[in-house]
Amino acid sequence: MLTKRIIPCLDVHDGRVVKGTKFLDLRDAGDPVECAVAYNNQGADELVFLDITATSDERRTMVDVVERTAERCFMPVTVGGGIRTVADMRKMLLAGADKVSVNTAAIFNPEVVDEAASAFGCQCIVVAIDAKRNERGSWTVYTHGGRKPAIRDGKELDAIEWAAEVCKRGAGEILLTSMDADGTKAGYDLGLNRTVSEAVTIPVIASGGAGNLDHMVDVLRDGKADAVLAASIFHFGEYTVGDVKRHLQKHDIPVRL
Amino acid sequence: MNLGILDYGAGNLRSVRNAFLAVEQPATFVSAPEHFDALDMLVFPGQGAFGDCVRQLQETGLWDPLKKWLAEERPYFGICLGYQLLFQNGEENPGVEGLAKFEGSVVRFPAQPGLKIPHMGWNKARFTDAAHPAWKGMGDDETFYFVHSYFPQPKDASLAACTTDYSGEFVSGIAAKNLLAVQFHPEKSQKAGLTLLKNALEYLGR
Repeated sequence: MLTKRIIPCLDVHDGRVVKGTKFLDLRDAGDPVECAVAYNNQGADELVFLDITATSDERRTMVDVVERTAERCFMPVTVGGGIRTVADMRKMLLAGADKVSVNTAAIFNPEVVDEAASAFGCQCIVVAIDAKRNERGSWTVYTHGGRKPAIRDGKELDAIEWAAEVCKRGAGEILLTSMDADGTKAGYDLGLNRTVSEAVTIPVIASGGAGNLDHMVDVLRDGKADAVLAASIFHFGEYTVGDVKRHLQKHDIPVRL
Repeated sequence: MNLGILDYGAGNLRSVRNAFLAVEQPATFVSAPEHFDALDMLVFPGQGAFGDCVRQLQETGLWDPLKKWLAEERPYFGICLGYQLLFQNGEENPGVEGLAKFEGSVVRFPAQPGLKIPHMGWNKARFTDAAHPAWKGMGDDETFYFVHSYFPQPKDASLAACTTDYSGEFVSGIAAKNLLAVQFHPEKSQKAGLTLLKNALEYLGR
């Protein structure tokens, strides 16, 4: 049986991990490669690097991080943040990333998803969707790190429709972040995850809101997500990847131990 | 032992080379027909689409030496498309002929409500013969990383080295004389994957 994936996410700025990463056994918890290795040793199923830098100089630093990680971690690695073109993607894939994630660039130029899928295969292309509940009872896509609603043809872009569109265009996976739940530690948005997961035929990674282990059970079972992504609950040393997996197994959710 | 990784100009081969290095086996990239001569063992870690891969192998002149390598039963380890291409044809690109080392077609997972395609993530490979040298140091099954939408259906069922469940059971790896080929990615499968690479080197590279 296909197991549910547990995916730690590392925010990287100028070659260093930002937000606290607490590894008792690491000499340098700010080095993304050291953190990646620590998560690898904890049994993480995949890893995401989110590059939050702005300049191309610093982006070269990210290429170096990916290259060094690929020498020591034998698990799938996704790189997201600031990736706009097929050329940007190629750079990261050649450095050793297995997948690249696009967000805002795909909204302004949806063809980039088609181009990337045909250049590298859809398995490499993750489309990240930041969604926020609206007063109509559905969810709107947001851009620029969740600051602006995405507008298309004069209307707010609907998250479910957008998910179905990128699936058709060749995305291999959706990384779905609830702007309402993100940072609250009050649990994932189960309605959002379930609705998107049922609207597409590709896997959905749930993100935003993880505060405890039961939240992960909820989103994988009731939210119908295929994987969970989490940052702070791992970085601050509250739980290890192993803790999450043992808890999920207790609740009859298939995991790789 | 001279290990070569087939490089037909697509995809990232660095992770495959890194994984072999982690089990202390350096490898060179095979990107021209004359590179085959010095090799003791060939790894074909294909990715992308069936038809594109065939076309690129033909354009780079690697198709004929690869067919010859397989016909002579020289040591071969196939990963993903390097497994699928061993068969006659694929639903992904009808009309394109594969390497046709074995009889059978490569088919797509059936569309089913709730079944996500690609089959992406960690799943079990159940070993047909747990005593086979490929699986040394493992139990009756092991979990590996998969990412694919198509899978081969070998006509000769005795080729199966392992099977996996996803919308039913499919053959996720085969073994033959001097040949191992798997659908999953050992280079992305942490300890289990590295163990398989080490076993493959011992079994095929003797």
